Order: sequence, then structure tokens, then C-alpha cells
Amino acid sequence: MRGLSLLLFITVANEATTDLSVTGASVPPELEVSAAPAGTSPVASRYVPEEYGHPGIAQARSAEEPAAPSTEDGESSHQHGGGGYRIVQWEWSYVQTPYIIASWLLVASVAKILFHFSQRFTTAVPESCMLILLGLVLGAVVLIASKKQPYQLDPGLFFLFLLPTIVGDAGYFMPARLFFDNLGAILMYAVVGTLWNAFCTGFCLYGVKMAGVIDEKVNAGLMDFLLFGALISAVDPVAVIAVFEEVHVNETLFIIVFGESLLNDAVTVVLYKVYISFVEVGPGNVYTADYFKGIASFLIVSIGGTLVGLIFAIILAFVTRFTKNVRIIEPLFIFLLVYLAYLTAELFSLSAILSMTFCGIGCNKYVEANISQKSRTTVKYTMKTLASIAETIIFIFLGISAVDKSKWAWDTGLVVSTLIFILVFRAVGVAGQTWFLNWFRLVPLEKIDQVVMSYGGLRGAVAFALVVLLDKEHVKAKDYFVATTIVVVFFTVMFQGLTIKPLVKWLKVPRSTNRKPTINEEIHERAFDHILTAVEDIAGLNGYHHWRDKWEQFDKNYLSKLLLRKSVYHKSELWEAYQKINIRDAISVIDQGGNVLTSARLSLPSMASRTSFPEVTNVTNYLRENGSGVCLDLQVIDTVPGAKIEEDLETHHVLVENLYKPRRQYQSHYSRHFMTVGEKERQDREVFQRNMHNRLESFKSTRYKRHKKDRSQKKRKGSDAKEQDTSDKPRRNVSWQDKDPVVVPMAPEEDKHDPPEPDKDDDVGITFVARKAPETPKERPKSVPAALDGCQSPVAAPPSPTCGEKNLPWKSGMGSLPPCVSVEATKIIPIDLQQAWDQSISSLESLASPPEPQHPRVSAVSSLGGPVWTPAKGKSGAGSGSNTGSPSSLQFKFPTGKEDEEEGTLSQRQQEMQALMSSLRQPPPPATQSAGKRRNPCVYLRSLVTVPPSGAEPQSRKPTQL
Amino acid sequence: MFTVLNQTLLCLCFPVSHSQITRLYSRFHSLDKGENGALSREDFQRIPELAINPLGDRIINAFFPEGEDQVNFRGFMRTLAHFRPVEDNEKNKDPTSGEPLNSRANKLLFAFRLYDLDRDDKISRDELLQVLRMMVGVNISDEQLGSIADRTIQEADTNGDMSISFSEFTKVLEKVDVEQKMSIRFLH
Repeated sequence: MRGLSLLLFITVANEATTDLSVTGASVPPELEVSAAPAGTSPVASRYVPEEYGHPGIAQARSAEEPAAPSTEDGESSHQHGGGGYRIVQWEWSYVQTPYIIASWLLVASVAKILFHFSQRFTTAVPESCMLILLGLVLGAVVLIASKKQPYQLDPGLFFLFLLPTIVGDAGYFMPARLFFDNLGAILMYAVVGTLWNAFCTGFCLYGVKMAGVIDEKVNAGLMDFLLFGALISAVDPVAVIAVFEEVHVNETLFIIVFGESLLNDAVTVVLYKVYISFVEVGPGNVYTADYFKGIASFLIVSIGGTLVGLIFAIILAFVTRFTKNVRIIEPLFIFLLVYLAYLTAELFSLSAILSMTFCGIGCNKYVEANISQKSRTTVKYTMKTLASIAETIIFIFLGISAVDKSKWAWDTGLVVSTLIFILVFRAVGVAGQTWFLNWFRLVPLEKIDQVVMSYGGLRGAVAFALVVLLDKEHVKAKDYFVATTIVVVFFTVMFQGLTIKPLVKWLKVPRSTNRKPTINEEIHERAFDHILTAVEDIAGLNGYHHWRDKWEQFDKNYLSKLLLRKSVYHKSELWEAYQKINIRDAISVIDQGGNVLTSARLSLPSMASRTSFPEVTNVTNYLRENGSGVCLDLQVIDTVPGAKIEEDLETHHVLVENLYKPRRQYQSHYSRHFMTVGEKERQDREVFQRNMHNRLESFKSTRYKRHKKDRSQKKRKGSDAKEQDTSDKPRRNVSWQDKDPVVVPMAPEEDKHDPPEPDKDDDVGITFVARKAPETPKERPKSVPAALDGCQSPVAAPPSPTCGEKNLPWKSGMGSLPPCVSVEATKIIPIDLQQAWDQSISSLESLASPPEPQHPRVSAVSSLGGPVWTPAKGKSGAGSGSNTGSPSSLQFKFPTGKEDEEEGTLSQRQQEMQALMSSLRQPPPPATQSAGKRRNPCVYLRSLVTVPPSGAEPQSRKPTQL
Repeated sequence: MFTVLNQTLLCLCFPVSHSQITRLYSRFHSLDKGENGALSREDFQRIPELAINPLGDRIINAFFPEGEDQVNFRGFMRTLAHFRPVEDNEKNKDPTSGEPLNSRANKLLFAFRLYDLDRDDKISRDELLQVLRMMVGVNISDEQLGSIADRTIQEADTNGDMSISFSEFTKVLEKVDVEQKMSIRFLH
């Protein structure tokens, strides 16, 4: 509605200027912006936030906007339409607001790109400096172009939209443990330090003024200086983040400075408000009671802000408990409620930054556990994007604002003495407080830390916005204060920001490693916590660990129960940590090995021992060596006995659906995302097909294990190299065997839905035994190396691409052998990260887990059997085998159905297959034996499909993505 | 008289401040229900918080030298001394005086011993599983726990014996600030 009226105003007001802007059409955006009439700029700036500040609001706004102004648009075009129909119309007034906003964002983003072109340059100069410089340049351009300065950092815009995006990001991703471990120090610096800075700076400036260093023109009394001292003394979160995140000091140091910058908001707000009211009523009318009111106000503002934040955190966590069916708006809840926490605090004039910070810290644990992985990623990236762009805008606007000379007045004495006082008092304050804190700190803060903390006390946009907000009626020296603030901000951000990195290097401040904890560290650190708690209890100390343990008990017994989903609540944190690490590994495996199959050495970052496997040549081997216990499958959590059967069924259905789709989806995805098949990819595919073919043959041969001679020729080819590796494997195989029972017992449960399978358990057993048998190690490597050798087989080479694709999903789904991991999986990532890792993990898992040996067979059977019996030709071994299991089992229907569908395209291959099959099927006795075996994969498959946990699910879904 | 003597002795052995010792000595006596100048396992088990500590029993055991079921004040202090923060001046102390109890290695060894039940200087899969089982709830299946244990061992195991030796344990935690995470600020 407001937009409509404003637009109306704009259209009328800009009637004349429209033509003017027409001429500037070819001018770059910023000039265009400058060409826009000054009167409309407030509108623009007021809209900025809504556009990027909040996705939800922005969407709502954009949904409403096109509808509203369209009528408007009609009118205006009528107005200057004059006569007749114009082919091209100039609709600047219609698009102006969003256009300007978008242009600003574009300029800011492009600027970032440009800065990062030179790596050496950006490591030396912090981005914030460059942005301010850019702002200065832009401001000058605008000033020259329009003779006025329509843009500056508007406090309303800043406090309502730009700041919350940054604080929200900071709060939500605040490392909670680190924060609370250092809470004492943070609070100390935030409260005492800020008060100290504010009073000392204020009083000393007044003293300097009395001494005559500051010019007479600066008309300010003690209260004015105290007010100025209050707003200039607070360390600024935006500046601290911008500078410190490039410096990478150690976490403790960072969290102390950063936490201080966030928590000092309450002090700043209260001091600012108290002094403003004092200044307004006049220093003479301030009574002693007012000072106590000030103190009370501080308590209310800080504690109230914190409480509001925590309340919203609880609401948010509680809401996300129930978003299971509306995953798509999960992130929205987070943005909305965190933002509402900010606005609500602002509404009651409490400390909004405190509120938002604590909302973020409080909700993070529960929300992250409740929402889906995709939502997590969305939240993370959206928050980072918003925060980053808000930061960019803030610094650019700081630069632009500085250009406008009409807003400020210079006084060298004031500027210089302020700078000196700020630096000196910061240093003195830090030293004093640290000395005090070190009495209590476990790890004392060293001298170097203190230097960095003093030097890292950056001032920024908050101070600027506060000083701009001052009322010139009451604060006569506002212009001088503005100028001083700008200089202070520029000095701290640019000079200190520029020099802090060399300083940190020179002082050899311990840097942060930015390393994710390994599973060992997770476990042992947890153990350390327990140990310390116990020791504190034994020693009779009610120390930090004692209380933290109490809190964790409370959290576990009440809060988590209330705020976490049931399914999540029952998971252990350790298990979560374990899974996260696994996921990370899986992703990194895929990331680093574009083609894992060929990557000479595969290493998982979290595996300290990776160097001890120099001979690892591909995923299969690697996982066989390492992977026996590595469960890379997220779904495994569902194996928890007692998972509901419905859930199983649901997953079952999902799976079945996904099992059918592979080809179609694969093709569509393929065509959409990989329009051109590069030469390399084609080659990969061919290798893959060959690989498949070889596996097929190895399958045949293993079925007739007795006829070892048959195998000898082809199989020997590639296996030599691997044999050594594999020969020592069996020992680990044993551990895989340990896990077998888990898969097997589930199968019978599912069999209720299917016709009774006589000897399925035996079958499963057989296959595993086969794996254990001495020959099996040879059998496996065969396939892979054979493919690598690139032995040409008539079957694989000729088929058309479509045929190949069709086969891929099949086999990859079942066998999920290295090729799919390597070649295809990497392509998946852009499509969908979540599923990608799902698949990759599961594919890796499948390699490592016991069921795996069967997969090749299953795939072979389905691809072989399908074509063979659907055409009603092959009624021999394959038919009998599949008949036992297939008729009613879902799994076995689908291959048939599928093959039927694609019969035409497959025909060529079919024939070839059949030739193979027939040659295989010659000896009848083995065929019957194989019948048993063939049933077995079927059984196994069903168990895979119906039992969600086993990890087969994502595998079989995998092809869909291909 | 005895206590004073003992305290001075302790002070000589490892640097614990006088007030700390006095404090801990009174704590020791309040725990010592048998009034015999030594603590038994039952004395420890009477501490209510330890009952809900997942590793409580293991830690109690750590106070008792092998084969004994009594610990005197000296032993009590010796164990607690592991958790003193490392002071600056101790870091570059001359090596002749031997390794202090609160050194990084000794802190780690203390934690290691909690896992290593059979004292063969190796954490086997079973031993790890036991501790894991203590630390996680009942909601995790044996299989899941097993996979965590496997993974943990694989990660740490460098010589392929499928167990974690103390050197492997130290290695895998080398990036962790053990000095800080295994220290308690005993009040002055």
C-alpha cells in the first residue's frame, strides 16, 4: 500500500525528470542512480532492506508490488502518452526503486569480485578498506554528477535491516561452547571495558576542551562529550567481523573481541539514551535518582534483551520441531523468528543486538538438529550471503557518507585528541581488565593477546549511525562529532585493519587452524569433560565444569525433550558427530577425486593414518582396507531396532518409486545439465560399460566357481596387481561379517509381504561365505582392473549412448562400483548437494559393507535376466531363478517392466547379452545352482529395499540422479 | 602435626599452593568416613555427582594404584595434580627435575588409562566400545556404536594392529589443547 502511494508520488513528481533520465539510459548504473531525482532517494533506501533484508518480506513485497503499480503504470503511461500508441515506452518511474537497489547490490558485488582478482592484494588489504575507498569514489562521482549527496548511511536503514543481517549471522553461527567458556571475560570487556572507555574518553575530551586544545567553535559541554564518548567507545561488531575474519587469530582471542563487540550493545544503548535525555533536559536538571535510573535501565535493557532473545529461541526451536512436512519453509522460520527477536527487542527499546545474538546462540543447537540437511545448507548460505552483502553495503555507504561535506565540520584538535584517547584508553582498559581476569582464568591471556585485543578495538558503522541520529537542536556540536566519528571509523577500519595482520604475524599470535574435529577428538574431548567434572566433584569444587554438567543434565532432561524432534532426541550427539564426519569425508572424497577411480591416492582428511595406505588405488580397495567399519550411510540411523514399520514401508515405497525412475530421470537430468558430452566423459562411459561387461563375465565365472579353468583367461588379466592387496583383506572381511546379521534378520520381517522364499537365508549365507572363500578376493579386483586395462569387448564398445546410459543406472545402482562414484557422482553435486552426498556416501558405503559382494550379481542378473526372459526367449537358468522370487516381489518386477519399456533400444544389446548368456548357460547343473543364487540377490534386494537402513536405499536411488 | 609435615612434603614433591592443599585436605577428610586417613572406593562412591557421571567409576579407579583399594592423601593429591593447569614457568623448567604430573603427556596418560582397562598400553576395540557405551545413551545400537569404534580406531591406528597405543593416542590428539582441556582451576 505504501509502495503504491509512494509510486504515485514518484510518478507525479518525476514527470519532468523522466525525460532527463532517458538521456542517461546508457550511463552506467551508478550514474543513472545519480540522475534520479534526489527526492526519491529516501524511498529507494527505505526499500533496500525489504529487498534483501528479508527473503520472506521481500517475497511478499514483490508479490504485491507488480499487482499494485500495474494500474498505476497504466495511468502514468496515459499521462505522458499524449497521443496514440507508443511502441517503446520509458517506464523508469515504475522500476526505479528496485532498479536502484539492484544496481547498488550489483555494484557492491562486482566490487567484491574485482577485489578478489588479485590474491596477493587481498591478503594484504582487507576488503573493508577497499569497500570504503570504493564508497568514497562512488560518493565523489555521485556528488559531482548531481551536486547533491542523496545517499548516505541512513540510521533507520542501518539499524532495521543492515545490522540485523550481520548480527543474525553472527549469533546463529556463534560457536556456543567457545562463547560460554569465555563468557566471563567477554562480559567483563563488554560492560566494564565499554563503560571505562566511554567515561574516560568523555571526561578527557572535556578536559582537553577546557584546556583549549579543542576549538571554541565546538560548542559542547560535559554531557555532550560524555555522550560522544559513549557512542565512540563501543567496539563495533561489523568492523570486527570484517577485519578479524581475514586475520584468523586463534579462537579464544577472536571470541573475546567479537563477543565483546556484540554484548557491549546494551551498554552503548543505555549510555546513549541516558545521555541524550540528560542533554535534552539540560545538565542542570539531572538528579541523583536519574543515575540510578540509568543503572536500572541498563539492567533492564541487557537482561530484557537477552530474555527476549531466549524466548524467541525457544519458540523457534519448538516450531522447527513440527516442520517435517513443510521442509521448504524451514529456513524461512529461522530468518523470520530471529529477525522478529531483533525487532521485538527494538520495539521495547531493549538491546536488539543482545536479543538477536542470544536468540541465535540459543536456538542453534535445537534448530540445526531439527531441520533437514538441505535447510541447514540453505540457512547457512542465505545468512552468509545476506550478511556479506549487508557488510559490503555498510562499508560502501560509510565511504559515500564521508564525501558529503555539508554534514560535517572539522576540528583538528577534537579529531586528534579523540583518536589518541580512544587508543590509549582501550589499551589501558584491556591491560587492567586482563590483569584482573587472569586471576581467574585457566589459561591466562598473554601480553600478545592483550596487544591484539587493544589494537582490535575497531569502531564502525554503529558509532556512525548513532552519531548521525543525534539531534542538532540539542547537540550543537553534532557536525564536529560526525566528522570525528568518520575519521575514527576510517582510521580504525583502514589503518588498524590494514596493519593488524602484519602485527599479528610479527607478534606470532597463535592462529586458528580452522580444522574440523576428528572423531577421536570428539570422543576424547567428551571424555575429558566427564573426567574434569568428576574430578571437580571429587575435589569438592563447584567449578565451571560442575555447572556445565548440571546445565547439560537439565538440557537433556527437559529442554531437548521439549525442543527436539523425537527422532532426533533419541540420537546421541556422538552419533551425530560421527555422521557429520562421515559426510564430510564422503564429500571431500568426491570433491578431491573428480575421478576417484583414477586418482592415484585417496585420502580422507580426518584420517590421520591415511599415509599408511600408499597403495590405495581406488575407492574399492581403499574402502576395503579402511572401510569395514566406516558406515558412510546416513540412513543407518533407521536401523535402530524399533524403528516403526510404517516408516519402513514408507521408505520402501519411496524406494520402489525411485528404483523405477532411474533411466528416465537419468536421461532428463543428463540432457539438462550435461548438454554436451565431452570426449572425456564419453570415454569414461565406455570404460564404464566395459567395466560392466567384465563384471558380468566375472559374475558368470563366479557362479560356476567349480569350473575354475573357465575363469583363468580373462580374469587373470588385470587381477595380478591387485591380488597382493586383496590377499590380506580377509582378516577385515571378518569384521564385515559381524554386521551381516543386521541385514539378514530384517529380510524375513519384510517377507511377510512377499511369497515365502524357501532358502533365502541360506542364499545370503552362501554369498557371504563365497566372499570369505580364498578365491573371492581375486574375483573382485578382477572387474576393476579389467576395466582399467581397457580390454575391448565387442559388447561394450558399439552400443549407442542411450543404451549405455540405460545400463549405467542399473548397475551403478546395484553394484555402485567405483566408476559411478567417480565419474558420475561428481556431476551430481551441482544438481543437488544433499542427494549427491547421500548417494555418494551410500555408494561408498556399499563398497565397504557386507552386502556388496552380491550387488554385482544382482545387477548382472537383472540386466541379463531382464532382456532374456521378457522377450520370452530365455526360459532357461535365468528364468527359473527369477521365477521363484520375482512374480510378486516388487523388485523383480521392475527390471522386467523396465526392460519391456526399453526393449526397442535395447534390442541390439539384448542379442549380444543373450549370446553371452547362452554360452554361460550351457552347463545345466551350475544353472540350477545359480538359480538358488539368483534368488538370493532378489531376496537381498528386497531386504535392501524394504529395510531402509541397510544403506541400499540411496544407492538404488542414485541412478535417478545420473 | 602429621598433616603439616605431609603438606610440606607434598609441596616439595610437586608444586601445589599451600591454600590448595589445606582446602583439599579438608575435603579429603570430609570424604573419609572411615576416619582412617585413607579413602576407599565406597568413600568415592558416596559422592552423589559421581553416581551420574558416565565415567565416574573409571575415574574412581584411577585414584587407586593397581591392586590397592585404599588411597591416602598423598595418592589423592597425586591424582588430582594431573589436573593442575600448566604454568608458564613450568613449561621451560629444566628437564632434570623430571616430568611434572600435570604435563601434557601425563594428562593424556591419565585419560588413556581410563580406556585401557587391562593396562596393556593399548586401547582395543572392546575397551573403546565399553567407554563409548558408557558415554552414549541406550539409544544407540551396538552396531552403530561398533561403527563409531571402528572408525575411531582406524583414524588413530597407524601401525595396523587395530588398537590405539599411547603414542597413537597422543598423535591423534596432538592438535587438541590438552593443557587447557584437561585442567581445572583449583581455587587459591
